[in-house]
Amino acid sequence: MSVMDAHAGEGEHAPRGITRWLYTTNHKDIGILYMVFGIAMFLVGGLLAMLIRAELLTPTMRIMHPELFNQVISVHGLVMVFGALMPLTAGMANYLIPLMIGAPDMALPRMNNWSFWLLPPAAILLVMPWLLNLFGIGTGTLDTGWTMYAPLSIQSGPGMDFAIFAIFLLGLSSTLFSINVIVTVLNTRAPGMTMHKLPLFVWSWLWTALLLIAVFPALIAASVMLLADRHFGTHFFSAAGGGDPVLWVHMFWFFGHPEVYILLLPTAGILPQILATFARKPIFGYNMQVYSFGAISLLSVVVWAHHMYTSGLPAAANLYFMFATMAISVPVSILFFCWFGTIWRGAMTFETPMLFSLGYIVLFGIGGLTGLILSDAAADQQYHGSYFVVAHFHYTLFGGPILGVIAAIYYYLPKLTGRMYSEKLGRWHFWLTVAAFNLTFFPQFLLGIDGMPRRIPDYALKFAHLNMASSIGAFFLGASQLLFLYNIIRTAAGWGKPATGRVWEGAEGLEFTVSSPPPYHTFASPPVIR
Amino acid sequence: MRWSKPFVYAAGAAVGALYASTAQAKYFFNFQPPVTPIAQDFLFIHDLFLAIITAIFLLAFGVLLYSLYNHRKSRNAKPATFSAPTTRKLWILSFIPILSLMFIDYVVLGIPSFNSVLAVTNTSHHKLTVVVTASQWKWHYAYPAYGIQYTSSLSTPTDQIYGDARKDKHFLLEVDHPMVLPTNEKVLIVLKSADVIHGFWVPAFGVKMDAIPGYIRKLWVNVEKPGVYRGQCSELCGVGHGFMPIVVRAESSAGFTKWVASERAREAATQEAAEKTWSKAALIDRGKQVFDKNCAACHQPSGLGIPGAFPPIAWGHPFSATPAMLADLKALGFFRDGKIVGGPVKNHIHIVLDGIPGTPMPAFASQLGDADIASVITFERNAFGNNSGDIVQPEQITTARPKSTKHPK
Repeated sequence: MSVMDAHAGEGEHAPRGITRWLYTTNHKDIGILYMVFGIAMFLVGGLLAMLIRAELLTPTMRIMHPELFNQVISVHGLVMVFGALMPLTAGMANYLIPLMIGAPDMALPRMNNWSFWLLPPAAILLVMPWLLNLFGIGTGTLDTGWTMYAPLSIQSGPGMDFAIFAIFLLGLSSTLFSINVIVTVLNTRAPGMTMHKLPLFVWSWLWTALLLIAVFPALIAASVMLLADRHFGTHFFSAAGGGDPVLWVHMFWFFGHPEVYILLLPTAGILPQILATFARKPIFGYNMQVYSFGAISLLSVVVWAHHMYTSGLPAAANLYFMFATMAISVPVSILFFCWFGTIWRGAMTFETPMLFSLGYIVLFGIGGLTGLILSDAAADQQYHGSYFVVAHFHYTLFGGPILGVIAAIYYYLPKLTGRMYSEKLGRWHFWLTVAAFNLTFFPQFLLGIDGMPRRIPDYALKFAHLNMASSIGAFFLGASQLLFLYNIIRTAAGWGKPATGRVWEGAEGLEFTVSSPPPYHTFASPPVIR
Repeated sequence: MRWSKPFVYAAGAAVGALYASTAQAKYFFNFQPPVTPIAQDFLFIHDLFLAIITAIFLLAFGVLLYSLYNHRKSRNAKPATFSAPTTRKLWILSFIPILSLMFIDYVVLGIPSFNSVLAVTNTSHHKLTVVVTASQWKWHYAYPAYGIQYTSSLSTPTDQIYGDARKDKHFLLEVDHPMVLPTNEKVLIVLKSADVIHGFWVPAFGVKMDAIPGYIRKLWVNVEKPGVYRGQCSELCGVGHGFMPIVVRAESSAGFTKWVASERAREAATQEAAEKTWSKAALIDRGKQVFDKNCAACHQPSGLGIPGAFPPIAWGHPFSATPAMLADLKALGFFRDGKIVGGPVKNHIHIVLDGIPGTPMPAFASQLGDADIASVITFERNAFGNNSGDIVQPEQITTARPKSTKHPK
């Protein structure tokens, strides 16, 4: 509390109106913008998922044409990865990193404003082709899946060009933000906040930012080449002109595999902090977790071709990528070990953030273990491109990062708003989400093993029962997220009990030394770090 | 804790039992019954993996539940304060889970996987070669040794896909002309693609390989049991991705020889059909079947196409698309004043034979026989209200064909 007293009355001069949000260079405002945008996109992506599952409810084309189905799955993927998860974790970073390291703001505040305001145009670019199509212009948005494999993406309609430009904006936004994170963490820490005292969330974002800067250029370069193939008569990826379709696959996954860890790491950083709070115990294995983040990041850029086991790489390449991929299981299992160590012999209570964190451990655990199966270059021939893969990456990405983000939102919502959310609704949200999630995605493991390919709009009769179960689960999963939305809105509207500065009995960290909600400007003079 | 001898023996026996049981066991959570040596290998690896990850999961979940039950505030647990292993012994014990995971990765799973990867790529000593060419959205099978080639596409009627017609048992997994392979013979499959990336996948064979334009990929199968095996395209390849199944009929070597003879007779009949003159009614009849199978996925069973993407076949209907596509249609005489119109017969034949480059319209020259192309054009010019009365005979197609695609004798 001493920090707050030292700065009592400072910085309560937040501007008002729309210009506050348009021109803001305040890390908390920008963090909130990011998170609101992320949640809005999560709902858009979720709505698209509902459409997909509605079409797959029974084996007959009922509500969509196959072309529209392909467009819906493509936008669902891009929106969830780039529109929902990345902005949500970036929003958390924006709001929390300066608070956690005792800095007054992000190091480059004007650039921070830009990195957010590039996102809405990118989202509009993705969806706009559908609106244009309503007026008879174009053929709708991209229809190639989020992987955009050439030469299908060369053949695709003008929606593909919109998607390419959306990727340029997203890449620019992520790169600017990553630079900002790195500069902030390396240069603006409060005196005494050494690298070895950085909260794990800050460490995980430092690695995430480095990864983003390392791999996003590959996707941007590939997209420029694709654009040139489509309109300037080049032949990078088109075999008809001597180009190489596999080159796109390599470049895409050189970006795409690390991207998975870009989504995962920030929540793997926040998870131990939440576990420690509710176990009332220090984080177990801090150093090992920092090293594991690093090991995961480094390994993630040398294993991309495990997405390409069936593209006919030489046996030596398949063997290398198999054994390299297996190596990732080591740092990941260290993380699990540390999470277990953090709660072991604690004094746990089970508030909503803790429930979601434990859900994360179990569901992401299933995702990780099935990933171990998928690393096998030989048997992968049976899984590749099947629903097994769909189930696997939803367990890793929904069961991991999305549950992690939800846990973090519940954990920090009282800090952001100064009000407690409804614990009862939160618990309902958790149990409904976990039950519906498993009903949605577990049957998809079985479907994949029985031979159902992914990205098909209609399917054979033997897949009917499991698909119906999966669709029903998905509808419940979608509906339960409305509870979440309502809970956030009622808390933000000031309905809950007032929250204390520390919020949680076991909470540690600089962000819990300031009031809830924090003043508009914090740490204008650096806090004292013990 | 000390590693007692009985414990080591028990662990060893458990791993041994796991190997033995997974070789035989049939879980409900399982692949389609394997019929090739490779598929059997994969099933073994899959079962082994599955048993191991289930064991790891249950173990970890058990530890978690134990902790959740005992280490809770409501049971008056006092929080410990350790943040790392506190003694040397605990440090060493902490490495055991990590080391055993590495042992599982690189030895228990790594060795069988290593062998399987090498086995899959070993295409030597094959007897028969089949060239498989994927295109949007059908498969083309060629047997160079026998001079047989044909196209295989979905045979499920559109009213089962889009309507409520009663679905066949093999809905979406049935084709007009399956691939036929002899049993107990190592067959080399040479895989190519004519347009975009497709994936050749028959689950019972275990193999899956992408067909990539510009590349030739090889895989091999040795089917050990006669029967019909069904698979699907496994890479998103456009609108028809869900509608290009692979059906393989495996025959004993006597049955295969008989099939080769009957195929040759069929090729001769196709040739004869191309040479005779057809009545208008017969052409339209056959044309409708050809249309439903090859054209309706894009141009729709109603002939109305899809706005912005696939032009209507019904003349007089408005259509908008990219300027390039409209310019092509206009140059060919099929587009005027924002509407699709009936262009010249000569250009109609040209479009069907050669496709329209730069658009999704494929070239059908190598996929359909002369009689099929003639009848589908006659059908299109007389159906959907286009009552033009035009008749196209197979011999017109024969003369219009590019030389390289003359139907094989």
